[in-house]
Parts: sequence; C-alpha cells; structure tokens
Amino acid sequence: MSVIEAKNLSRVYQDGESLIRAVDQIDLSVKAGEFTAIIGPSGSGKTTLLNLIGGLDSPSEGTVIVDGKAIHELKDNQLINFRLQHIGFVFQAYNLIPVLTAQENVEFIMLLQGEKPQLREARAKELLTAVGLENQMHKRPSELSGGQQQRVAVARALASKPSFVLADEPTANLDSKSTEDLLDIMHRLNKEEGITFLFSTHDQRVIDRAERLIYVEDGKIKNDTRS
Amino acid sequence: MLVKIAWRNIWRNKRRSLITLASVAFALFFAIIMRSMQLGTYDLAYSSVINATTGYMQWQAKGYWDKQSLEKSFAPDSLQRQAIENTEGVVALLPRLESFALLASDKSETKPGFLRGVNAHLESQYFNLNEKLIAGRLPQSGETGVTLAEKLAESLKLNVGDTLVVIGQGYHGMSANGKYPVLGIADLKNPQANKSTVYFDLKELQFLTGAYGQVCAQVIIPEDHNELDQLKNRLTAKIDTSSTEMLTWREMMPELIEAMEADSAGGLAILFILYLVIGFGMLGTILMLTAERKPEFGILLSIGMNRLRLAWSTFMETTFLSFLGILTGSLFALPIALYYHNNPIELSGDMDAMMEDYGMEPLMPFSIDPEIWFTHGSIVLIISLIVSLYAIVSIFRLNPVKAMRR
Repeated sequence: MSVIEAKNLSRVYQDGESLIRAVDQIDLSVKAGEFTAIIGPSGSGKTTLLNLIGGLDSPSEGTVIVDGKAIHELKDNQLINFRLQHIGFVFQAYNLIPVLTAQENVEFIMLLQGEKPQLREARAKELLTAVGLENQMHKRPSELSGGQQQRVAVARALASKPSFVLADEPTANLDSKSTEDLLDIMHRLNKEEGITFLFSTHDQRVIDRAERLIYVEDGKIKNDTRS
Repeated sequence: MLVKIAWRNIWRNKRRSLITLASVAFALFFAIIMRSMQLGTYDLAYSSVINATTGYMQWQAKGYWDKQSLEKSFAPDSLQRQAIENTEGVVALLPRLESFALLASDKSETKPGFLRGVNAHLESQYFNLNEKLIAGRLPQSGETGVTLAEKLAESLKLNVGDTLVVIGQGYHGMSANGKYPVLGIADLKNPQANKSTVYFDLKELQFLTGAYGQVCAQVIIPEDHNELDQLKNRLTAKIDTSSTEMLTWREMMPELIEAMEADSAGGLAILFILYLVIGFGMLGTILMLTAERKPEFGILLSIGMNRLRLAWSTFMETTFLSFLGILTGSLFALPIALYYHNNPIELSGDMDAMMEDYGMEPLMPFSIDPEIWFTHGSIVLIISLIVSLYAIVSIFRLNPVKAMRR
C-alpha cells in the first residue's frame, strides 16, 4: 500500500525573468515500510521534493496524495494539522526547541496532538530509550552532542506516530560514529516497527544503508533502484 | 508547556530581556512617581482651597457668587433648610455671612480684610477651625470679639487681647464700624485666607452689618464629596430656584480646576513622550526577537504547531516580560510614594510664592491612590500588547520553507 503518491509533480520558481523548474513532472510512489533515500547533486531538487511531499510547499502542478489524502488541496491550517498527525520531520540542523529538555521536546509534539500528560511522559521515555538517550532525558539541546540532538529529533519525529518520517540530510552535521549510530537506530525502527523513512542525502553512508535509491537531477527522477 | 516555553524563551537572551525589562520598569517608575506627585499635590490643593474658602457646595441667593455683596445675601427659608438637612447625603449646613472691610490697629497701616461670620462650633466640627488656632480661641455664639488669620495679625501687629478696628459698609448702605478684641489667632494654612480673614460669630457680624437673619451662603457638608453632582440635583429640587441656587466648588472656582488641568496636561504630555519611548524600546525588542526566531517559527509550523498557538506563545512571552517590568517599576515606586505621602516635600523660593499665588499650601505630598499604579501599569501593558502584534502578524504571514532557509 502506498503511503506517498505523487503524480506529475512540479514546482516552478521565478528567479528574475527566468523560471526555475526545481521539481519537474515527477511521479513517485512510496510504500509503507520502505527505507528510501533521495539522492542527487546540490540544487537537483531533493529538498524541494521533500517539502512538497511534506506539505511544506505547494506544487505548481500535479498532485500529492499522502495516506490517501490529497494534501495539495488542503488549506494552511488543515495542512499544519495533517503534518502533525501524519508526518514526522527530521532536519539537517536538528532544530530542537532550545529551551526544552530532550524529554520535553519529544512530549511537545504529543502536547500539540492533545495527548494526556501521563501518556506523553511514558511515550517520550520509551522513544528516548529506543534511541539510546535514557540517561540524557533531562538535558537541554545545548548540553547534548550533535548526534544526540539528532537522535532526540528522531524520537520527536516518531512521537506523533506518523505514517512516515521525512529526513532532510539528517547526517550532514554528524561525525561518522554518530552517523552510524543514527542509521542503526532508524534502520532498526524501520525493520522492527515498520516505520517508513524517506531521506534526502548526499551521505554515502546513508546511501549504502538505503533499500531504495531515487536519483534526482534537474528536478527529474533519473533513476529509481531497489537493493 | 506553552507557558513554560514562553517563560524560558525570555531568558534565552538574558541581557536583552533585562534591558527591556529595565526600560519598562524605569519608565513606569518615573510615570508613577510623576503622577503620584501631581495628583497628591492637586488633592492637597483642592482640599486646602475648598476647606479654607467655599466648602464643597453652597446654597446661595441667585447671583451672589457673581457679585459677592451683602446686597445679595438672603434669609434662608426654614422649611427649605429643613428639607435640605433631611436629604440623603447631607451631613450638615453651616451658615456664613461674608463681607469686606478696612482693618486697622494702633500699630500699623490700614489693611483690607475679609470678614466671615460663622458658627464656630460647626466650623470646628466640619472644617477643624479650632485645630488651626495658634493662640487664644474662636468667638463663641453671641460673643463680641474676633479671631484673626495669622499673616493678617502679623501685618496689623496684633496679638490676643489687642483691639481691631473695622471700618466698612453694611447691608443696604449702612455703615459697619466697630472695635473688637482679638480673641485668637489661627493659621488657616491657605496663604490667601491667611492674609485677610477675620472670624466673627455669625450673629455679631449680622449685627455689625445690619444684615439681621441674613447669610451669604449655607455651606452644605456632603457625605461623599465624589458624588456632588447627584447631591446637587437632589437638593436643587427642594429649593426655590427662582431666588436661590446650589453651587458646587467646581462652579465657584473654575479657575482652580483650569489651573490644575493645565498643569496636568503638561504632565500628561511628558507621560505621552515617555510611553512613546517605552513603545519603541519594546518594538525594537520584538523586531529583533521575531527576526532571530523566524527559522524556529518555521520549524514549529513544519512539525505541526498551528499559527494561533505559536502566536499565543509569543504573545505570552511579551506579556510576561511586560509584567515583570510593570511589577518591578511599581514596587520600586511604592516606598518612595509612601515616604513622600507621609513626609511631603516643602517648597521654597519661587515655587513657594507661586503656590501661594494659587492660594495653596507650599507642600507637595505624593498620592498613594492605587488607581495610579493600576492606570499606568495597564497603559504599559496595553502598549506591550499592541507592540506584540508585530510578532503575531509575522507569524500569520510566515512561509515555513522560506523561514527555515534563513
């Protein structure tokens, strides 16, 4: 069953007098449980494609259907709510809330979903334990290393029980050890809990672990292979 | 958790928050102190002038106030008087007969004087006249003798036991001349009154001027001087309005109100400038805060925090910061206002002379009316809320992708 279904998807930007086709008539389908990496050179349209799939940007043409819902038709508030309920995000720069502890950062998403405090606390602890941060729960992001922060970000992305996780260059700021640890965690969550991951990446270590590689260049999918 | 985030966000940039907080606190402190001083001085001025002159309300013959002459005195109708006394909100009626005359002693030049015939017992009861005595006593009912205001006694070089000569004109052109022993000397506090007033027993002044049974005014002592207009309406319905009228002190002394309002307007102009400074200071903070946090706002929108919640969290942050500033400024102003409320500043030199010209005591007590704190605290809070609209509008117009790219 497809979690993500994009058809004839395009995103065109105006740059002065010229038009830039950042994403150009892409057709893409991602099934539940996939561990997929979108790869390609800088400026190829990877991040724009992820933004369109995540409902952060609106397509110039085409459709994006996530969990059976045509998200390109949703209004701003509906989109925000849809993202909250269906999509987990992991960013290159971690982007945790700096004034909250690791546990509070993970709980925050569930607070937005209206979950009860006891449930939030229990799930946050469970997720932080799953990413190996059971002893760092009460530390703020500034007290954690880059790798630890990204693991909190993964826990946060999973807290809302999303249909899939979008990760934009999640290992770009991490050292080798942290990258390996993070990939292990995400791979395990994918295998054991069936969580769908969709990355954009340049990182060969991520590419090596991905089960499906979508190569994008000039806004078009040039290659789509499964290992 | 939104409250927690808002509170902790304040302390992310401690120095900036403390500078903002200090500017709000200082401006509010200055506003409160300034207003407290102004209103405290006005209160004293009003009560000083009112108590020394007209009282809060008077029942007079029509036209008396415009042409203050014995010819405009009247004999109060006993039924109307009784009706007034029985009206709710009226504590007492004090009869007064007032006239002008030349005063002389064997030790000085002639001085103009203001003669006031009163019931000394009632004046003491309601205007504490007896407490203003610095020597001797007040003339009792039917007693021949006068009590002089302090500065008048000094300029006539009279003391208790000396004789005052009065040369004047009485009712219907009668001559009003007499010699009176000085029974007492009083410090009336009000500088104008202190230079000119001579207190007689009412009957004695009626006798001197030939205005038997006449009064210039019946001073009405109200239960609550903040509800004078309502009381005036009730009393006006009970008097013969073809020949008499009720006047409040505001109608009798509009120049006093005008002087205070002119002074107050100057103070309010300074406050307005002060509030502009606070407003722009806070706007600077909000502009920086919004610009710095745009990427973060973008992230929060991306992960599913709706714009209303995000705006609310930012609004709380501004409000907390304002509250802290308001609390600090208010608390710092309180002991100073309290101190000068109990120990008013004594004016000297030109200020002293100016206050005397207005007929006021040369003192500046501070007011501790809670309304001052509430009003100015609220103004600062409202300014901060208006300023925080910038952040709110920015949040509602934010494009998360562009914001995260910054």
